[in-house]
Amino acid sequence: MTTLPTSAVAERRSAASRLRARNILLTVITYLIALAFLFPLVWMILAAFKTEAQAFASPPVFWFTPTLENFQKALPAYFPALKNSLIAAIGSTLLAFVLGLPAAFALAVYPTRRAQGTLTWMLSTKMMPAVGVIVPLFLLFRNLHLLDTLTGLILMYTTMNLPLVVWMMHSYMSEIPFAIYEAAKVDGASVGQEFFRIALPLSMPGISATALLALIFAWNEVFFAINLTSSDAAPLSVFIGSFKTSEGLFWAQMSAAATLTVLPVLIFGWIAQRQLVRGLSFGAVK
Amino acid sequence: MTTAPSLATATHAPPAPKRGLRLTPAALIWPALLYLILTTQVPFFMTVYYSFFRYNLVDPTSRPFIGLENYATLLTDPQNLRILLNTLVLAGGTLLLTLLIGGALALLLNRPFAGRALLRTLLISSFLVMPVVTAVIWKNMLLNPVFGFFSWVVTRLGGHPVDWLAQYPMASVIAMITWEWTPFAMLILLTGLQSLPDDQLEAARLDGAGPLQEFQHIVMPHWTQAIQVVVLMETIALLQVYGEIYGSTSGGPGIATTNLPYFIYQKAFAEYNIGLASAAGVITVILTNILAIYLLRMINRSRSSQGG
Repeated sequence: MTTLPTSAVAERRSAASRLRARNILLTVITYLIALAFLFPLVWMILAAFKTEAQAFASPPVFWFTPTLENFQKALPAYFPALKNSLIAAIGSTLLAFVLGLPAAFALAVYPTRRAQGTLTWMLSTKMMPAVGVIVPLFLLFRNLHLLDTLTGLILMYTTMNLPLVVWMMHSYMSEIPFAIYEAAKVDGASVGQEFFRIALPLSMPGISATALLALIFAWNEVFFAINLTSSDAAPLSVFIGSFKTSEGLFWAQMSAAATLTVLPVLIFGWIAQRQLVRGLSFGAVK
Repeated sequence: MTTAPSLATATHAPPAPKRGLRLTPAALIWPALLYLILTTQVPFFMTVYYSFFRYNLVDPTSRPFIGLENYATLLTDPQNLRILLNTLVLAGGTLLLTLLIGGALALLLNRPFAGRALLRTLLISSFLVMPVVTAVIWKNMLLNPVFGFFSWVVTRLGGHPVDWLAQYPMASVIAMITWEWTPFAMLILLTGLQSLPDDQLEAARLDGAGPLQEFQHIVMPHWTQAIQVVVLMETIALLQVYGEIYGSTSGGPGIATTNLPYFIYQKAFAEYNIGLASAAGVITVILTNILAIYLLRMINRSRSSQGG
């Protein structure tokens, strides 16, 4: 029989082409979904370069001559908020590292049953909703004159980021081969020397990844920002929130401010996307 | 220190003289621990304490102890039960949608095709956007009944313009927050898929498993852990949604989109009702912990049954 092999080949060929067609279709679907997901962002960035009239024209304007006018108008109010956001985010990240790095190191290099419990407990503070602590903190801040100050904001953002720093840095520092510490101990290194000379230099990649995440979380935070600041220390989240009642009056300007607010985080986030998974799932999924 | 280890080191080399402050592991842990206790545990116990008083900042001199009356008020008023329900619907609805869409996207991205890495990177964007930005952009530019993009799409399709936030407030808020959280689900679920060894799938295919059987018997069991992580992390985060509601509906119309965090904000910072807000805060913490502990147990159980 000579027909059977030919038909088998033909069948396999058509199966392969069907598979290819299916793959192309799936790829097109993926691109379409991605486009739909990105649309709100694209629309915001486009509006930032439109005139106010174009920004809320109906039917919407897709083709236009870009203008930088909105950015110029948004900048005077944007800069003070930017300064506050930068100080709060960087300050809280630094403080969280000062407190969290030694703890992560000790928990990773001197693991005991109690250390494991401490680690779990620190993580569990993430289960404490901000609303469960905001009332006494607000009253305390009022008495200590910490309301509407960057110090107050930094203190709260540190609380938010500290468990993240401890947990992530613990997972990075646990990966440093134990033999290195042993060798150092034999050479008479103290706990402090092990920390500064071995653990810190060897976990630099982890430190930068963790820092990016902590910066993003502090930058995007809203609840403490709205309830503990009003004007002097108001970060970008509060500034953008003030556009919520704009009712279509300054869409282009709002979009320009929002674009400037979101862009740094987007760029950092894209860079740190792999570490994002580790930080967000606390290492449960790798 | 016992003498044995110091003797052992002494035979190798004389220990370096220790100068200044000697750090112990415990001394390294305490600052972080103390900080977290001071900023989370202490204020929480104060919240519990305040919740037993009739305490309004408008009249700070009178602060009578009223026991559980704040809780009774909260739990008997049908309006407040609506807020509890809103909180659960918002979190549950968003969780379900992000799992479905995020899971589908993860499966779609788990194949080789041109531009996959770029698409994966771009798709995480909405998760990185500040919640308040999401809220003001969606409210003003997408959901606006007159000039909003979605209304224009609906009219182009032959419908009437829709005032989304007034007519379908909860659905609109869920859509918005789903947009934000789908990348999170996608990222975790995709990572879960990628850790599935290829040889397992190949073996199944050689045994003649179809795509559906393959999914049911190989992919799903392996995926369970990633799904559980998404459920746990999102539940904790979504019960605390605040910025999106603050920036879009302010809890309205009426109390249609008021959840517990937004309710507490209104009680504490608009009405200065510290006692009631504290009681609601305690309820939120209890609710979050019950759900989180239940979910954690589920994760641990399935992990130990997998033998790892």
